[in-house]
Amino acid sequence: MSEGHSTYTPKTGIERWFDARMPLPRMVYDSFIAYPVPRNLNYAWTFGGILAIMLVAQILTGIVLAMHYTADTNLAFGSVEKIMRDVNSGWLLRYLHSNGASFFFVAVYIHIFRGLYYGSYKAPRELLWILGCIIYLLMMATGFMGYVLPWGQMSFWGATVITGFFSAIPLVGDWIQQLLLGGFAVDNPTLNRFFALHYLLPFMIAGVVVLHVWALHVVGQSNPTGIEVKSKTDTVAFTPYATIKDAFGMIVFLFVFAYFVFYLPNFLGHPDNYTVANPLKTPAHIVPEWYFLPFYAILRAITFNIGPINSKLGGVLCMFGAIVMLFLVPWLDTSKVRSAVYRPWYKLFFWLFVADAILLGWLGSQPAEGSFVFMAQMATLFYFAFFLVVLPVLGLIETPRRLPNSITEAVLEKNKGAGGGHPAGANAAPETKG
Amino acid sequence: MKKILTSLALLGLLAGGIGAVGSVAMAAEEAHNAAAPTHFPIDEPKEMDWSFAGPFGTYDKAQLQRGLKVYKEVCSACHSMNLVAFRTLEGLGYSEAQVKSFAAEYTIHDGPNDAGDMFDRPGKPSDHFPAPFANEEAAAASNGGAAPPDMSLLAKARGVERGFPRFVFDIFTQYAQGGPDYIHSLLTGYDETPPAGMVIPEGTHYNPYFMSGVSLKMPKPLSDGQVTYDDGSPQTVDQYSRDVSAFLMWAAEPHMEDRKKTGFRVLVFLALFGTLMYLTKRKVWEGVAH
Repeated sequence: MSEGHSTYTPKTGIERWFDARMPLPRMVYDSFIAYPVPRNLNYAWTFGGILAIMLVAQILTGIVLAMHYTADTNLAFGSVEKIMRDVNSGWLLRYLHSNGASFFFVAVYIHIFRGLYYGSYKAPRELLWILGCIIYLLMMATGFMGYVLPWGQMSFWGATVITGFFSAIPLVGDWIQQLLLGGFAVDNPTLNRFFALHYLLPFMIAGVVVLHVWALHVVGQSNPTGIEVKSKTDTVAFTPYATIKDAFGMIVFLFVFAYFVFYLPNFLGHPDNYTVANPLKTPAHIVPEWYFLPFYAILRAITFNIGPINSKLGGVLCMFGAIVMLFLVPWLDTSKVRSAVYRPWYKLFFWLFVADAILLGWLGSQPAEGSFVFMAQMATLFYFAFFLVVLPVLGLIETPRRLPNSITEAVLEKNKGAGGGHPAGANAAPETKG
Repeated sequence: MKKILTSLALLGLLAGGIGAVGSVAMAAEEAHNAAAPTHFPIDEPKEMDWSFAGPFGTYDKAQLQRGLKVYKEVCSACHSMNLVAFRTLEGLGYSEAQVKSFAAEYTIHDGPNDAGDMFDRPGKPSDHFPAPFANEEAAAASNGGAAPPDMSLLAKARGVERGFPRFVFDIFTQYAQGGPDYIHSLLTGYDETPPAGMVIPEGTHYNPYFMSGVSLKMPKPLSDGQVTYDDGSPQTVDQYSRDVSAFLMWAAEPHMEDRKKTGFRVLVFLALFGTLMYLTKRKVWEGVAH
């Protein structure tokens, strides 16, 4: 599937003119029309396209919002409310943007878990995976800074707590924190630089997305069997096959997104953020946005000192370590087989890991007291054990199920089983589609 | 597809299991003594029937007008509503002329004029509700040290945590009335007697629905018959509380009706478009086993 020979033939004079000077039409044709994709991709593979439209939607709504927003601690809250009340369709723009951030994360989490389940990070896709991890990191930074902009109570106190992490770093911590804040506490300079960075980072994300897609088009997509494409019968053309399937996936996703935007626009937010920031009044519970909750739980799970590392630094290290684990996954997993479909034990541990991540998310939303602390510690332990013990060890001791020889064989086998004796490759039973 | 569904079901079961364990743990922890509660509010807000709930919910304009009356005659003595402009009151069903004369009943401190002096003038539709106190410090000083919160966004800024698994059901029932439910419960919760032995700090008032403690600085603001309704609605604390809660929901989310109406069209469009896309997808993939 690597950049083989191009099948593009310019048909009109203009196309020939372009092709000889800058073969952009050829690139588009080769990447989005003729590009071969494995024929057995399921709907989990539509989230790449979904993420692309979410990024574009966030940038578009964000640019218009920025035209009406004022980054000043005295005016920010009011300017957001002006958008909500007086700007034409301002309420729609803002709810699209704030819920869009959440759904961007919904999509990216499904995308990441898809990669973990089907072993999409294994050679030769390590770089593709790492570029994805970088996008995820940039998304987190963007999401965090965006949440500060409305200058509500959670904006302010969330910013105070999260920038406080950096002060835990020995020697340079205080300096880094002051650099981030532009002072000694969250204030006007903080809001201004967060706004500048919140506007900048999405374009950096777009840049890394280009690299991500480039890397993808070099190594090709993985697929549910995890077997590399071997012959032409293993693939179908991107257009119309993947285009139409992606489009359907996008519409279903947009349906759920729209349901929240129009009927539950504040469901994923915190009521306290509708109260203007007050540096003298700490909210009862400072909770970050839902997509940070698992990491927040890990941060607070470290309540004890380990040698020279105090609990604060330990918590910060664990929290960042939890993200570092993702970067290391391609080398932590020792299994020769990619897909969990053929790895019964890995499949079990994968779902336990998903449950663990959800549990951590829930614990992150609860006060760090009583039995919650112990639960968070156990969940954190499992989180790291999954990466540092399960992934390396399971690959060595697990006996995978028999792999089919090719994607085509796997597909035909599956259709034979479910289709009840239909001729292979012909009209398979519709309920097995997708 | 079937596989994805099975996986989702499995995931749900796992999450459910974990949640159940968590709830049990929490319930055990919450076996607290009634006189010294540690979690607030002591009583959960009562869920009311609101005309604006659900996918086709609309504001009851008569109710909003009554709520405005309650705000104007009672709440506004202490609570500002800085973000709401008089002109938006047309959303309550008032005509332009009615809004104009309503605004003119207020005195707005404006200026400086050409001579450099500040002056008072009658309100205009473009003005916002004037605040009862000159600044937050003055508001706090007149109210026992705690400034009464601005009411523009109160209905969205208050909400008692729903907890697992209710917050999952809320997605499907579209429960988004936590704010008005809370405000109504709080306003009607003053008459309850505290459990024996509970210490109520001086200058505060017991209310089991208050979400940040056993009592609050605000004394019982409403009593039966306090505000005169001219549409025959009962002049009771319960009715006043409902009306003002609905009004505050409108104040916090004036474009809600527009939002829900647009949403319905968007969802119908996406459903139709999605169906067509699915049928097209099936046609395209017909004959290609996958």
